[in-house]
Amino acid sequence: MAVSAAIQPDSAFLAIMQSHSGEKVSRCYQCRKCTNGCPLAFAMDFMPNQVMRMIELGLRDELLGCKTIWVCASCQTCTTRCPNQIDIAHVMDALRQLSQEAGIPPAEPNVVKFHQAVLDSIRRHGRLFELGMVAGYKLATRQWTADARLGWEMFTKGKLEFFPGSVRAKGEVRALFDKKRKG
Amino acid sequence: MEVSYYPGCSLHGMAAEYDESIRSVCRSLDVALAELADWNCCGASSAHFLDDDLAVGLAARNLLIAEREGRELLIPCAACFQRLKHADKQLRKEAGRWTAEPYQGKARLLHVNEFFDRPELIQGVRRKVKRPLAGLAGVAYYGCLSQRPPKVTDSRQPENPTSMDDLLRAIGMEVRPWSYKTDCCGGSLAVARTDLVRKLSGDLFEAAVEAGAQCVVTDCPLCQSNLDSRQAEIEAERSKRYGLPVFYVTELMALAFGEDGADRWWKRHFVDPRPLLRSKGLA
Repeated sequence: MAVSAAIQPDSAFLAIMQSHSGEKVSRCYQCRKCTNGCPLAFAMDFMPNQVMRMIELGLRDELLGCKTIWVCASCQTCTTRCPNQIDIAHVMDALRQLSQEAGIPPAEPNVVKFHQAVLDSIRRHGRLFELGMVAGYKLATRQWTADARLGWEMFTKGKLEFFPGSVRAKGEVRALFDKKRKG
Repeated sequence: MEVSYYPGCSLHGMAAEYDESIRSVCRSLDVALAELADWNCCGASSAHFLDDDLAVGLAARNLLIAEREGRELLIPCAACFQRLKHADKQLRKEAGRWTAEPYQGKARLLHVNEFFDRPELIQGVRRKVKRPLAGLAGVAYYGCLSQRPPKVTDSRQPENPTSMDDLLRAIGMEVRPWSYKTDCCGGSLAVARTDLVRKLSGDLFEAAVEAGAQCVVTDCPLCQSNLDSRQAEIEAERSKRYGLPVFYVTELMALAFGEDGADRWWKRHFVDPRPLLRSKGLA
């Protein structure tokens, strides 16, 4: 995906991003260390260094709708190596969250459905119940046959628990989910 | 020695053999594990992908319990370790935002390798070896989250960690050098973008074989799951045969200590490690 040639720089998005993430994106001097070390760059539509520049230019819609933010595995290589101490992986978190808050259809819907299924399971039990989470994910994506054989093998190897382990103080965990995001 | 123990969800589920082998090794080393009272999920990748505050809140609840228990906290899952370390840093900065209780961070948080590699335990590890894993060549695979980012994990060697190499040498294994120790396996993309995990994990197999490894050793449940359970798919996709068993470091420690129970764990592996172990006289 290419960014259109005529760009009107707009610093409002940079300010939103910097306050949401607490990261000083404007420190980036485009050395590309993040991109060169990124194991998932091959699957991204914008490279991590491009994402930093696009934030500075205010290309909000392109960023919140891009693949990059959802194929980033949060391996933290970029964050570890950035010579300007920008927590780039955390900037990716902030972009994912702003994208979801703005109700923008994600470029990788199944990735979002997976994470939502995980959080639903944690909300319900206080712990992740793997079998229940996979069931929730399959309901959401309607991908009934994907990994069916793998699931069967996990079953025969006794790797799948049939009953969720639960936290006793479930209310304490639920309260964390119900707390509204501050600022 | 008594420590608090945070198994996390994986070790109560798909990675039960990691949990069992840690408990077994700790019994041998006279380390008493007290499971953290009523622990909850750390939030894993999903919480911080979608909600920063939820991510800290979920992890912080466990830290406050650990603080009350007042012991060191052993955290075997790399993702749990990193999430709890992250929350620990946030609580130290502004505890009041997360809890009315005071927070001093009394419970030191430790991942498996740095826990066993400390001077007082590595001596014990050497003494306990009854059956050195001589002739077994493998690579130590650390993955991402026990090491990165170092401002969170406090790793001193995030690009070239050595604690698992030390442990494996202490039990007599031949540890092969390779440059993929901390490369990503694809992590939580395993379910929604399996193709990406096949690419990243497949590249790890290529590097392991080139390094002369007969097996891969890890300390992360997600890495183990991706490398073990997806290996057959990757072999089919690349028309290659790797046949690399993927061990938890503590499974091999228990094997070297001559502990019972190892046979039970091998049955849970997708790539059956028994032929390799038999060929070395270890099973």
